[in-house]
Amino acid sequence: MYPSSFDLTVARSVAEATAALSEGGEDARILAGGQSLIPMMKLRFAFPSLLVDINEIAELASLERQNGELRVGATVRHADVAASDLAFGAVAAAAPWVADPLVRNRGTLVGSVAHCDPEGDWNSVLLATGATVQIAGADGSERSIPITELIVGPFTNSLGEGEMLTAVHVPVPSGASGGAYLKLERKVGDYATVGVATHLELDEDGRISSAGIALTSVAPSNLKATEAESVLIGESPSGELFAEAASLTADAAEPRSDIRGTAEWKRNVVRVYTRRGLEQALSQARSS
Amino acid sequence: MEISVKINGTPQKHEIEPRQLLVDFVRSTAGLTGTHIGCDTTSCGVCTVLLDGVPVKSCTVFAAQVDGHEVATVEGLKSNGELHAIQKAFTAHHGLQCGFCTPAMMLVGAAFIEENDNPSDDEVRWAISGNLCRCTGYVNIVKAIQAAAEERRAQ
Ligand SMILES: Cc1cc2nc3c(=O)[nH]c(=O)nc-3n(C[C@H](O)[C@H](O)[C@H](O)COP(=O)(O)OP(=O)(O)OC[C@H]3O[C@@H](n4cnc5c(N)ncnc54)[C@H](O)[C@@H]3O)c2cc1C
Ligand code: FES
Ligand code: FES
Repeated sequence: MYPSSFDLTVARSVAEATAALSEGGEDARILAGGQSLIPMMKLRFAFPSLLVDINEIAELASLERQNGELRVGATVRHADVAASDLAFGAVAAAAPWVADPLVRNRGTLVGSVAHCDPEGDWNSVLLATGATVQIAGADGSERSIPITELIVGPFTNSLGEGEMLTAVHVPVPSGASGGAYLKLERKVGDYATVGVATHLELDEDGRISSAGIALTSVAPSNLKATEAESVLIGESPSGELFAEAASLTADAAEPRSDIRGTAEWKRNVVRVYTRRGLEQALSQARSS
Repeated sequence: MEISVKINGTPQKHEIEPRQLLVDFVRSTAGLTGTHIGCDTTSCGVCTVLLDGVPVKSCTVFAAQVDGHEVATVEGLKSNGELHAIQKAFTAHHGLQCGFCTPAMMLVGAAFIEENDNPSDDEVRWAISGNLCRCTGYVNIVKAIQAAAEERRAQ
């Protein structure tokens, strides 16, 4: 299968990439790992007239901790995150479960974030951990927005013409913290039937000072379970509390019956995985 | 556009269209048909090549993207007329039946044993989990990769 013809610009810097993007107009697209875009182009679901390849931009390849944040550059592969000691909590837990080893060697975390596939794992992790995304514009501008403002809908992000993501920043908690990503898949390498990201931070008295829960594949976009999060904050962790948060999360999910299972069953998986994910996050936080 | 690429150690220049896929470039332009096309939808892994030493699905990379890089295919495993440890192990342990998935399995295996030369069953299975085999049931593939790892360890 072949995509329709396109022009290719291999950018050597962010400035070059954003300039090419804005010149190309709305039919121009960034090519990162290509693990979502190339299959879509081969199936002719996407037919950009210009691709701007960012893989040769050296400054985008770094994965590092700086200023209390984990910074994941736009060409950092899923496999780099999985192999890194810098990843933590839900980020570290999710990395090995994204796609299969070959796709992980090529696909990027940031590309997945930009793609906004409701079945993508990373946006749930970023929603749960309170991440921000770094955006570069054609005029040399840079801005940073919370992940909640990037996700607009299925396969739709809020980037404007000529804009691209340069990195994702995940705050590294200073106190006791833990996270998990639980994913039910039909077979190894598959997209999630249900995915649940959890994140907890504890204060000195062992109370929950920050909580994040977000869901994959059970809503039109990755879904942040804000109501469940808010019942956790300020409380002492307990089985009952987690059960309540899990049931609020299940209520917030909007699963659909499909080939992978019925809506009712998926909602129950959300409930069970949220409770388990919170327990895992808690035991990690207590031993951190 | 023109690209320069090292294929199995040999520098080459080729004129290509941006939309040419790497798998097609390797098979049709470079004439190396040991790299197969199975699903053509990024699922089966039989099109695996090593891009700068890293296994990727060549049906999901544009040939233009290997400009300035190195590609290794199954044809490059042999060196100085001698089979690679992974090739010997696949022969000795009967790691194939029809052979369709084998070039990819061996490339993934060869890259994997460089990182882990004493892998458990589970570790091997995890490493090859992007590669489908419709014949063997994987048992002998796992054994072959472990045997090659042992050989690597002994070196
Ligand atoms: C077989 C298979 C299984 C998979 N399974 C999973 C899975 O289980 N979970 C999961 O989450 N994903 C899965 N994926 C998708 C995979 O994770 C992709 O790597 C990811 O969705 C996209 O990242 P990419 O770097 O490949 O982006 P690309 O395919 O290059 O780009 C995707 C989109 O994002 C845009 N884009 C990319 N980078 C930027 C940027 N820096 N700024 C602005 N826009 C940008 C592109 O223009 C394009 O529209 C799977 C893919 C395959 C082929
Ligand atoms: S042919 Fe490339 S993954 Fe199947
Ligand atoms: S040996 Fe036939 S597909 Fe693997």
